Amino acid sequence: MRTCILIAATFSAVAAPAFADEATRQRAEEVVRQSFSSATPQEWAERMQQDEAQALCSLYRNSPPPEVAEKIVSAQHRAMRYPDNGKLMGDWKEGEKLAAIGTGGHIGKLQPDPPGRRKGGNCYACHLIAPQEVAAGTIGPSLTAYGRLRGNSPETVKYTYEKIYNAQAYLACSLMPRFGHNGWLTPKEIADAVAFLLDPASPVNK
Amino acid sequence: MPHLHRWLTAAALALAIPAAGQDKSAMDEIMKYRQMLEEGNPAELMELKGEELWTMPRGPKSTTLERCDLGLGPGKLDGAYAQLPRYFADTAKVQDAESRLVTCMVVLQGLTLEQASAGWYKPNSDIEALVTYVAAQSKGYKIDLQASHAKEAEMYAIGEEIFWRRSGPLDFSCATCHSLDDRRIRLQDLPNFQNPASAQSSMINWPAYRVSQSAVWTMERRLIDCIRQMRWPEPDFLSEAIVSLQVYLQRNANGGRMQGPGIKR
Repeated sequence: MRTCILIAATFSAVAAPAFADEATRQRAEEVVRQSFSSATPQEWAERMQQDEAQALCSLYRNSPPPEVAEKIVSAQHRAMRYPDNGKLMGDWKEGEKLAAIGTGGHIGKLQPDPPGRRKGGNCYACHLIAPQEVAAGTIGPSLTAYGRLRGNSPETVKYTYEKIYNAQAYLACSLMPRFGHNGWLTPKEIADAVAFLLDPASPVNK
Repeated sequence: MPHLHRWLTAAALALAIPAAGQDKSAMDEIMKYRQMLEEGNPAELMELKGEELWTMPRGPKSTTLERCDLGLGPGKLDGAYAQLPRYFADTAKVQDAESRLVTCMVVLQGLTLEQASAGWYKPNSDIEALVTYVAAQSKGYKIDLQASHAKEAEMYAIGEEIFWRRSGPLDFSCATCHSLDDRRIRLQDLPNFQNPASAQSSMINWPAYRVSQSAVWTMERRLIDCIRQMRWPEPDFLSEAIVSLQVYLQRNANGGRMQGPGIKR
C-alpha cells in the first residue's frame, strides 16, 4: 500500500491531478476503519483492505491517466490464471445458470448468505445476454449474439475468458468485477460462462 | 404530480415486460404498486407512530421529544430534515436525523444509547417511525445543505472519498452503480449521484416505504443495505461513514423539493 501511495503521488505531479488531498484521504480511511467495527480482521483483510488497482481506481475516480492505466493493465495481465485442463470453453448450460445467480457472499448480521451458498456471476444484473431474458441491466454493454458476431476462434475464446477472469487486464478501472482474479468464480466456472457467450448452441447466439 | 410520477414508473415497468416470459415476481411487484397507489402510502402509518413517539413521555426522565433540536431550534421541525445532516455544537458532530434523534432520546429522556437505537434494523422500528415523522415535516421544502461549517465541508469530502472507494471481492464502490446516467440493475433504475437532477429525484423520496421489504426504510437503513450488497462488512448504525455519505448525497441533491415519505421498489 505504501508503494501504491508513492506511485500515485509521483503520477499526480506529472499527470491528471488526484481528486482529494492526502489529508482528506487519510481521514476518510480513518472514518471507514472506525465505522465497520463489527468486521473481523479476516473480513477486513478480504473485503475492506484495498489492493493496488482498487486504490488507484478510487484515487482517480475510475478514470486513471494513461501511465497509471497502462501499469494497472499490465499488472492485472501478469496475474492471469487458466483452468488446469486448459479448456477455456466449458458447458454453456452451466454458464447460463451462473449468469442468472445473484446470491452468495453476503456477510454481516442483517441478511447473511448461509455458508457455502453458491456465488453466481449475476451477469444479467448488468448485461443483456440471451434475448429471452428481458430483466437485464444496462451498466455493461449488451452481449446478445456475442458469439454470432465474433465467431469462436482460439483468439476470441482466450480474450473472452481473460475479460471475464479480469476485466481490468484489458480496461483499467473497468466497473466489472474481476471474477477470476478475486476468486469469486473458479477458472472452470469462467470457462462455462465463456461457452454461454460463444457456443453456437447457446441461446445467446440463436 | 408525485402520484402521476409513480403511476408512470409503474406503467413503465409494466411496459418493459412483454407478455411472453413474464417474470412472476416483477409482475407481483407491479400489482403491489398499483394497490399501493389506490390505498395510499403505508408510510403514513409510520408517520403517525412517529408522532405518537414524539409526543409521548418516555425514559427515566419521563419527557417527550418535543424540545428536541434538529437544527432549527428546540421542537422546530418544519423544514429541519431538508437541511440534515448538519453540524451540532452541543455534540460537536455532524449528525443525520437518526443520530440526532438518538442524541435527543439520550439527553432529554435519559435513555442509554443502546435503548435509544434498539431494533433499528427491524421493520417499523421506533427510530424509523420517528425519522419518518420528522421527514414528513419537510414535505415541500427544498433540500438545502450549505456545508458552510468546516466540519460539514470535511464530512462532504469524506463522503465523496467513500463514494468512490472500491474494495471487496467484487471491486464495488457506490460509484459502480451510481455514477452513470440512465443505467439499470436488472429492471431497477439507478440514480446517478453525479447528476443533480437524478440525485434530487432519488433523495426527495426518502425515507420510503419499500414494497420489496414491506417496511419503511430510512436513508441509514438503505445505505447499510447497499453496502451489504456490495459484499462489504456491515457498517455500524449511526457511524460516521454513513453520515458522511448522506452529506455527500444530500448536498448533491440540493434544490430538490422533499416529497415526504415515498414509495420505492
